[in-house]
Amino acid sequence: MSVKRKNRDTVTRDAYVMLAPFLILFSFFMVIPILASIVLSFTYFDMVQFPAFVGVDNYIQLFLNDDGFIKAISNTLVFACITGPLCYIISFVVAWMISQQSRWLRTVVTFLFYAPSISGNLYVIWAYIFSGDSYGIVNGLLMQLGIISTPIQWLTDPKYVLSIIIIVQLWMSLGTGFLSFVAGLQNIDRTMYEAGEIDGVKNKWQQLFYITLPSMGPQLQFGAVMQIAASFSVSTVAVALAGFPSTDDAANTIVTHIMDYGNLRYELGYASAISVVLFFMMAVANKLLSSVIHKVAKE
Amino acid sequence: MKKRGRLSRRRKQSSYGFLIVLLLLGAFMILPFVYAIVQSLKPLEEIMVFPPRFYVVKPTLENYVAMFRSAGGDWIPFGRYVVNSLFVTLAGTFLHVIVALLAAFPLAKMKFRGSKVIFKIITYSLLFSGTVTAFPQYILMANFRMIDSYTALILPSVATPMGAFLLKNFMIQIPDTIMEAARMDGASNYRTLFQIVAPNLKPAVLTLIILVSQGMWNGSNASFVYTEKLKLLPTMLNQIVASGTARIGVGSAAAVFMMILPLIVFVVSQSKIIETMAFSGIKE
Repeated sequence: MSVKRKNRDTVTRDAYVMLAPFLILFSFFMVIPILASIVLSFTYFDMVQFPAFVGVDNYIQLFLNDDGFIKAISNTLVFACITGPLCYIISFVVAWMISQQSRWLRTVVTFLFYAPSISGNLYVIWAYIFSGDSYGIVNGLLMQLGIISTPIQWLTDPKYVLSIIIIVQLWMSLGTGFLSFVAGLQNIDRTMYEAGEIDGVKNKWQQLFYITLPSMGPQLQFGAVMQIAASFSVSTVAVALAGFPSTDDAANTIVTHIMDYGNLRYELGYASAISVVLFFMMAVANKLLSSVIHKVAKE
Repeated sequence: MKKRGRLSRRRKQSSYGFLIVLLLLGAFMILPFVYAIVQSLKPLEEIMVFPPRFYVVKPTLENYVAMFRSAGGDWIPFGRYVVNSLFVTLAGTFLHVIVALLAAFPLAKMKFRGSKVIFKIITYSLLFSGTVTAFPQYILMANFRMIDSYTALILPSVATPMGAFLLKNFMIQIPDTIMEAARMDGASNYRTLFQIVAPNLKPAVLTLIILVSQGMWNGSNASFVYTEKLKLLPTMLNQIVASGTARIGVGSAAAVFMMILPLIVFVVSQSKIIETMAFSGIKE
């Protein structure tokens, strides 16, 4: 009994010592700033004067009086609902197809798909591809083929800009989650497939559903969180392609709305309230997705 | 035995099918990457032609020369920014991986009070937008006199919870049996982590190295430093690209130049990931 007790004490002590460096840094740079933002969301704060407590005024203003925010929410939901699930599924399917290839092909193909994410700002190249003058690749091609006679303003015309951002977002989708899937698939014990064959697994698809997916639970959870964080925060691509602010707010998202109030107007209380709303949207999405993953992965 | 032969033959066939799909899609993915390289090699008169070309007739390095020169013209040489970025990326990635390994192990493999709550906080903190938290972060760092130092460039990236989250999720898949043996031999928790668990975690650690080093190399933490000597490559390149005359050419040259290091890290790590066998053949 006492030996066991002592063992448990060492375990607890070691656990906290091992966690300490992370917890100290994490609290200092992440948790405290997040808590501070939540508190600020109940204040009026212009970064000069001391924050003044205003209760839930910011939230009331946000939902009842801010047309830009409603537009931003609907754009964000369009991005999140289209690109989120698509990116997530494509990432997994491509990673799975890659895992079926021979070794050297795996590295090459993984590179092909990850290339868009390798450079932090390679997506600016799409601004040249969809450039509004006749030097842009797409306009040039369409004009040469005689489909159009004057260049189309791809990035300033609200009709096109949302779809183009979605295309670029999909192009960039094979990032963090994808790499963790590739690594996770590498981790699956090969003997499980052999055992499966003996148990009557007939083809690749059965293998996928009975063996592969159930053993990928942790990676799927990780990929889900990263995907949700990415799809709900579409902003850098939107800003790089459509400008900030975009024409007719066609490409405004919740995060560009936060940037508008936080970085341009210095209304940090209001910007914080927007962040809190965004956080709750992502938290709900995460809750939904993780219950689906629990079912698929039988954790 | 016969059945198994048929299955593996079918497996071969469908993997060729997959390969064709992958290569077709992959070609689309890689095109902008190739286009960036082509654009960076074009002389000015080729950039401004109609119809636009996807290839280069007279390749030139003038965009790269322009990039190096416009930076070197200042009182700080180009090399200084490269060294800054290299140092920050190396130190930051190393610290991030060590701190994350240490944090992930107890969360994945030890029973103690508070572990569930800590992991929940880690997960949900990833969902809070960083745009707003930058300000309280700045105030905190200013109070601790960290602003305008290498600390300001490195530590915030070490503190992000992605590494702990990723490694913890991979670690729970490592069978407890391989740790039991080490415990029986009287190995401490630290030895178990670094000698038994970490080697079996190679794919995850290498993946983390790719992700973190790339994030640090491309990120600038520009708001945390104001001394020119401390600034990083992306900050400087953005200034050049924004102010230059031949923006498209120099911009592409800068983008290609920035890809070199992440590319090397990616290829080396990824080929090592592919080499590893699951759990060194240890079965549960």
